Amino acid sequence: MTEFTLSFIVGHMNYWLFTLLMMTGLYIVVDKGNLVKKIVGLNMFQTAVFMLYISMGKVTGGTAPIFPTDMNIDPEAVYSNPLPHVLILTAIVVGIATTSLGLALIVRIREEYHTIEEALIQKIELEKATREIREFGETMGGPE
Amino acid sequence: MRHHLILRVVTKLLVGMIMLFALYVQFHGDYSPGGGFQAGVIMAVAFILYGLVFSVGQVQQVLPVWLVHKLVALGVLIYAGTGVYSMLTGYAFLDYAALSPHHPSHGQHWGILLVEAGVGITVTAVMVAIHYAFVGRAPLISDEEW
Amino acid sequence: MAEGSVQHTALSLLDHLPVLVVLIPFLAAPLVVLIGRNWLAWPLAFMAALGSFIVSVMLLAKVRGGEVLSYHMGGWAPPLGIEYRIDTANAFVLLIVSAIAVVILPYARASVRVELPDRHVPLFYALFLLAFTGLLGVAATGDAFNLFVFLEISSLSTYVLIALGGYRDKRALTAAFNYLIMGTIGATFFIIGIGFLYMATGTLNMADLAARIAELPDNRTIHAGFAFIVVGIGLKVAIYPLHLWLPNAYTYAPSAISAFIAATATKVAVYVLMRFLFSVFQPDFGFVAETLQYIVMPFALLGMFAASFIAIFQNDFKKMLAYSSIAQIGYMLLGISLMSETGLTAAIVHLFNHAITKATLFMVVGAYVLRSGGSFYRSLEGMGKTMPWTSAAAIVGGLSLIGVPGTAGFISKWVLVQAALEQDMWWIALLVVASSLLAVIYVWRGVEVVFMKQPADDVDRRPAPLMMIIPIWIMAGACVYFGLATDVTLGAARDAAQGLMAGPGPLLLGGH
Repeated sequence: MTEFTLSFIVGHMNYWLFTLLMMTGLYIVVDKGNLVKKIVGLNMFQTAVFMLYISMGKVTGGTAPIFPTDMNIDPEAVYSNPLPHVLILTAIVVGIATTSLGLALIVRIREEYHTIEEALIQKIELEKATREIREFGETMGGPE
Repeated sequence: MRHHLILRVVTKLLVGMIMLFALYVQFHGDYSPGGGFQAGVIMAVAFILYGLVFSVGQVQQVLPVWLVHKLVALGVLIYAGTGVYSMLTGYAFLDYAALSPHHPSHGQHWGILLVEAGVGITVTAVMVAIHYAFVGRAPLISDEEW
Repeated sequence: MAEGSVQHTALSLLDHLPVLVVLIPFLAAPLVVLIGRNWLAWPLAFMAALGSFIVSVMLLAKVRGGEVLSYHMGGWAPPLGIEYRIDTANAFVLLIVSAIAVVILPYARASVRVELPDRHVPLFYALFLLAFTGLLGVAATGDAFNLFVFLEISSLSTYVLIALGGYRDKRALTAAFNYLIMGTIGATFFIIGIGFLYMATGTLNMADLAARIAELPDNRTIHAGFAFIVVGIGLKVAIYPLHLWLPNAYTYAPSAISAFIAATATKVAVYVLMRFLFSVFQPDFGFVAETLQYIVMPFALLGMFAASFIAIFQNDFKKMLAYSSIAQIGYMLLGISLMSETGLTAAIVHLFNHAITKATLFMVVGAYVLRSGGSFYRSLEGMGKTMPWTSAAAIVGGLSLIGVPGTAGFISKWVLVQAALEQDMWWIALLVVASSLLAVIYVWRGVEVVFMKQPADDVDRRPAPLMMIIPIWIMAGACVYFGLATDVTLGAARDAAQGLMAGPGPLLLGGH
């Protein structure tokens, strides 16, 4: 069992921050009734993952992984790992697409429901469903 | 924004520089930080800024909606087309060596240039298209009611 | 890289098959937008789907002998480069997805004309092709991160396609939004898991991952990564307690899209789950076996019963089918959780059989919706008289859903029962039969409404258009054909299961 010493806590700072940010985002997605806030939470949740990846690419003492133009490469030089950054560039693009699609859906939802509060939307949907059951529902065994 | 003279003048000056900077980032992407994603977003900023300060109608005279949609598709096709060209010449999909068979490292330069051009076009167009899609929607409630 | 002339062996068209299957629809999608003509959109989309279908048939024929194809993107060898790796399991999934797309596109042409405004038609087909590309890419790729990207390509376009149902019923919008939230959480969990695996192993190639994970059986980072991946993919699969996005999304999407995603999207996610459970993590690791035994199996059984019960009490034909899909996913997961070759065969063959069954039924409902304007039981009364051909296909699909001998559904349930009996788990075999009885009830409710009631006087009495009846009957015919001629599906599924159980095999550096 690892001991929770100070150096353990400080040394894993990126993981603590990642966990905090990720759980904050997830909490907002689950708890908030406003659809835009849900998207904000989703964004925080995704950003936490970007942070996890990018902190993972850091090599102690490493510099930016770019070769000089004259290709005079210092054999002693330590480079950070660029792959996580590249992956996250892709993930960021996916994140932008998700966010803009989510917001576009919210715009459409607002046009149809005239609200972006989940509770009100659910109320409207429940009313609609009740109306439909009254109109189309088959009564099973009960009074017609 | 009819009355904001300073904003209008500054924007007119800035738009050109933003575009130049976008092209700089675009074409230096193959051997320094930069590339199509970043350049595309910067390029889109120029259009979006112009649209915000002047009007959507005015920016759409320069970059109409139908053109934006075509550009989105065109960029993807340039990217994929590079890959298809290398396939047709007997290399693996997106193997840039195909672009200069006797000098593969030149091929890498050509390849990344073409691919980044495709990415840049698509990213610019997508960003502008997102902007148009949100701004072009008539508001259900007027600004005073917020 | 060396200067001067470089030796190079040219690749032939056959070497390109693994990438072509994904590339054809991917190229067609922007072309449809660029051309932008309504009348050209459909032919292009159909040609692309047909092209992918032909390529995937060729791929399956090539890998049936146990050969594994490896395609190196951009000529970069794995594990550094992205690898497309085709074995029997992949090829089988590719075939399912592309075959469903080829059959559904003609159907979509007839239904889209009615359900969507004209100006959206080219974009609809472009999105359809993108969703199709994403699903094919997920199946074809051998790179964990590439898999995430394709998963998101297909998911994002699916969200939009579902939202297009908003022209018929505004609840499609909230359904799409909920799917977007849940799907994104699932996908993000998946990349967190991949991130943990990358931390522990330093690689993203699935075959390479498997080899390195085998050396680190007790690594906590890998355990955490495994948990994230299973939950993330579980959301996309709609494992029973994670299914909440599914019923509304399937119910309110445009008819053709309901049929397409019900038949393919969750199936591809099940494939990803199998790939990770059996190829990347081997089941002889303690934690994989425990997950399967104590988590996946109970939820699979729970899903089979709970979702079937809910399906019985629905008033809406489409929603009933959606809940039945969740129950059917339970069967696939049950097969996976048995951890035997027979169990896995049952899961894979059920992938195929359930795909054709559900495609038939959702297309039938789409045809009903076209004429009656809604999918409530009350509005479908007497459809058996006004649309005899369509309704006959509904009977075939329904029988296959129950698992009556002579239909495709029977084969997969038979193999599943066999797999359970192999391990002396007779109670599981009994539960499978019991939940099939629930299917009898919900299918019967549909049949009763369609055939036993009189049509209302004001109902549109025209039969479905021929463009819809032909695809419906191709699928219904497949339900019967693959219920009688089992060699093709069962043989391929058994090969695929063997391939998955054998692990990933070595890295193929010398491939193309």
